[in-house]
Amino acid sequence: MTEIERHDYDVLVIGAGGAGLRAAIEARERGLRTAIVCKSLFGKAHTVMAEGGCAAAMGNVNEHDSWQVHFRDTMRGGKFLNNWRMAELHAKEAPDRVWELETYGALFDRTADGRISQRHFGGHTYPRLAHVGDRTGLELLRTMQQRIVALQQADHAATGDYEARLRVFAECTVTELLTDPAGAGGHAPIAGAFGYWRESGRHVLFSAPAVVLATGGIGKSFQVTSNSWEYTGDGHALALRAGASLVDMEFVQFHPTGMVWPPSVKGILVTEGVRGDGGVLRNSDGDRFMFGYVPDVFKGQYAQTEDEADRWYDDQENNRRTPDLLPRDEVARAINTEVKEGRGSPHGGVYLDIASRMPAEEIKRRLPSMYHQFKELADVDITAEPMEVGPTCHYVMGGIEVDPDTGQSRVPGLFAAGECAGGMHGSNRLGGNSLSDLLVFGRRAGLGAADYVTGLERRPAIREADVETAAAMTLAPFEAHPAAAGENPYTLHADLQRVMNDLVGIIRTEAEMVAALDRLAELRARVHDVVVEGHRQYNPGWHLALDLRNMLMVSEAVASSALLRTESRGGHTREDHPGLDPQWRHRVLVTHCVDASEAGAGAVVPRTAVEAAERVPMRADLLALFDLPELEKYYTAPELAGHPGRGSRQGGTP
Amino acid sequence: MSYKGRFRVWRGDAAGGALADYTVEVNDGEVVLDVLHRLQATQAPDLAVRWNCKAGKCGSCSAEINGRPRLLCMTRMSVFAPTDVVTVTPMRTFPVLRDLVTDVSFNYAKAREVPSFTPPADLAPGEYRMAQVDVERSQEFRKCIECFLCQDTCHVVRDHDENKEAFAGPRFLMRIAELEMHPLDVADRVPAAQDEHGLGRCNITKCCTEVCPEGIKITDNALIPMKERVADRRYDPLVWLGRTISRRRD
Repeated sequence: MTEIERHDYDVLVIGAGGAGLRAAIEARERGLRTAIVCKSLFGKAHTVMAEGGCAAAMGNVNEHDSWQVHFRDTMRGGKFLNNWRMAELHAKEAPDRVWELETYGALFDRTADGRISQRHFGGHTYPRLAHVGDRTGLELLRTMQQRIVALQQADHAATGDYEARLRVFAECTVTELLTDPAGAGGHAPIAGAFGYWRESGRHVLFSAPAVVLATGGIGKSFQVTSNSWEYTGDGHALALRAGASLVDMEFVQFHPTGMVWPPSVKGILVTEGVRGDGGVLRNSDGDRFMFGYVPDVFKGQYAQTEDEADRWYDDQENNRRTPDLLPRDEVARAINTEVKEGRGSPHGGVYLDIASRMPAEEIKRRLPSMYHQFKELADVDITAEPMEVGPTCHYVMGGIEVDPDTGQSRVPGLFAAGECAGGMHGSNRLGGNSLSDLLVFGRRAGLGAADYVTGLERRPAIREADVETAAAMTLAPFEAHPAAAGENPYTLHADLQRVMNDLVGIIRTEAEMVAALDRLAELRARVHDVVVEGHRQYNPGWHLALDLRNMLMVSEAVASSALLRTESRGGHTREDHPGLDPQWRHRVLVTHCVDASEAGAGAVVPRTAVEAAERVPMRADLLALFDLPELEKYYTAPELAGHPGRGSRQGGTP
Repeated sequence: MSYKGRFRVWRGDAAGGALADYTVEVNDGEVVLDVLHRLQATQAPDLAVRWNCKAGKCGSCSAEINGRPRLLCMTRMSVFAPTDVVTVTPMRTFPVLRDLVTDVSFNYAKAREVPSFTPPADLAPGEYRMAQVDVERSQEFRKCIECFLCQDTCHVVRDHDENKEAFAGPRFLMRIAELEMHPLDVADRVPAAQDEHGLGRCNITKCCTEVCPEGIKITDNALIPMKERVADRRYDPLVWLGRTISRRRD
């Protein structure tokens, strides 16, 4: 076996999106030698596609905003399934994380008095999203990329080497995490990671006592998605194989407004900012149909007439918000129903109208990317005609189970942040809460990893046998198969996307989940026979073949979890169980790898299993932030026995 | 509507290569990247193409289409006639790795040479105040998706590898302009723009502006104002006098 390229770091961050970069900045600033490994070039991560903004209760536009209001909105958006500690930390720390970006050089849009401007978004009580037109994600990612360059410049000034303490390994894919079974009692701790350079196909081994997973989501397992090719659930699958657990995998967010035409751009995101800034949804009859879709749990919180909704944009104190800005799960289901009942647009969506709502110049100023995107890709001038939009797979709420304060998973030394971590968003994420999520928990994971490494007595060791197993796994697709059995990775991928799209989409049934699991079993068998042509140098067919392992594991986790949860909530709608069930609110579905001890060995795609567990009850002071009547829509009576409202109702004083 | 499109795609690596001919299905509403993906899935599974978002936001899929620097994902097939031969080649200014993928590390090296944002010492986080009209100048440049098409097209380096050492290219000269126009930045990069980053080599032919997929007016709004700042500094008689006197004192 040829000698493998080896590197030693204190902290290895996998993924160079917002969460990964923020984690790396933190670890490096704490004095640790840090590496970032990413599948694409530095600065191309999926974060650049976030459009609308970053939610933080700074109160710049409406002074009534506070962390408590943001916390409440987040919990409501997630239908009270969120890890409340994460939602609390997120709401409290988001403003500091945004202001910190300004010290790195970020330039957000401004208010008249020169502060950071904030815009309306679905589910947020007050205008709360810091933004830069409709390219906020690009601003965040570029700002942190440039902060990393600044840190490298400081290292260069001190040592003569830009990469002395912080290095980016771009176009490099990690295929396996390595643990040390001889580590301290309990779970085998992280010892490093194994991967390959995309450019050369050569293997590379990282020895690191702490790994931060920041790999984003899973959307590439679905046919219609707003996600880029990178979103193959790598972090989710790597964590499972290393022995960590996932939570809430049944909750997948379908963004209500993706492009629906032309076919080649189907799924590309149309920012919620269009509705936040005044755009409205209409069906083929021209009706603003969202007024008919306000669910019981939100009754009284949204406008009931178009007049009131329109007045709300200028006067939020005396009017209620438009139902066009209900949380995303509600809007996606409404659009789905409109289309199904025959009131859709010619290409199977509905209309999103901003053209009739404001002057052309105003639209171009506020939504330049959307104007550009429709003009270039669909030949539609959004200042003159409505857009056609429909739901698209956008975000996975489920992810790696982590400690809220440190981001550490069940595996010592394995941390996760951003979309690949689970819990923060409950059953449905509010728009704008992902950019703030990745800042808050990226920093916390970097900090958690730094503290963990500093406190280690012994550096976990990599087993050479594990390295050889991992290397053999990556090369298997090049091995000769009987010609008849050779599977094309592109065909397998397309088949997987069809299964997930048709059977595990927005609306689900038991029969469909069972069928999906059968189909996934067939695909798991077929992936053994994948054959790739050519050699190891920049070979996309080979890259896809390796990514398929992860996609199949994660898809099984989604379908199995969706089968078990017999209710409808947020990003999980069961046609055969249409209502919210309070008995499901306090339960969490946990996915783990069936043979975690043999992680990576044997099966190409290890099996997963899902079990229900109890959620930790919300701390009393946080529960008291909600009125009892609202909580009663979600909670069982015994869970609310300690609520102060309950005490007063019974005549006592809390 | 669907037709068989004729494509010529450069295949090869650092050692050499050639254009390969393909006939491939083209459907209504598709972009060039869609067709290359179909080529991968059906005829050339190991065809190397760098891409990410397929929405014109990440700047990964830069290449040259019929000799013009373009994003593969933002070039619609409808701009060609069904009988046209579409030729796709890698960016010429950067070394080829494989097929349409080039080594763009030049750009990352140049990015490191520009001194970063330097915040004012007396402002705490949260205290920054800037007017919208003042941030808009730099915001235009921050729309940059780093596709490096401006770097690819710029004749200072396009066929002149020997100039790369002393020339940051439009993208990073614009980065200097962005920081210089940042309302709160306190560093001075004007002398270095001319002396270290090669601003003087730019003779404002606007090729970079023409290929920018974000429509940033690189030449008019970034490069020319930077040249003016350099000129103000060098040729302002009062500044010249002050510098001469201080030099004599040394």
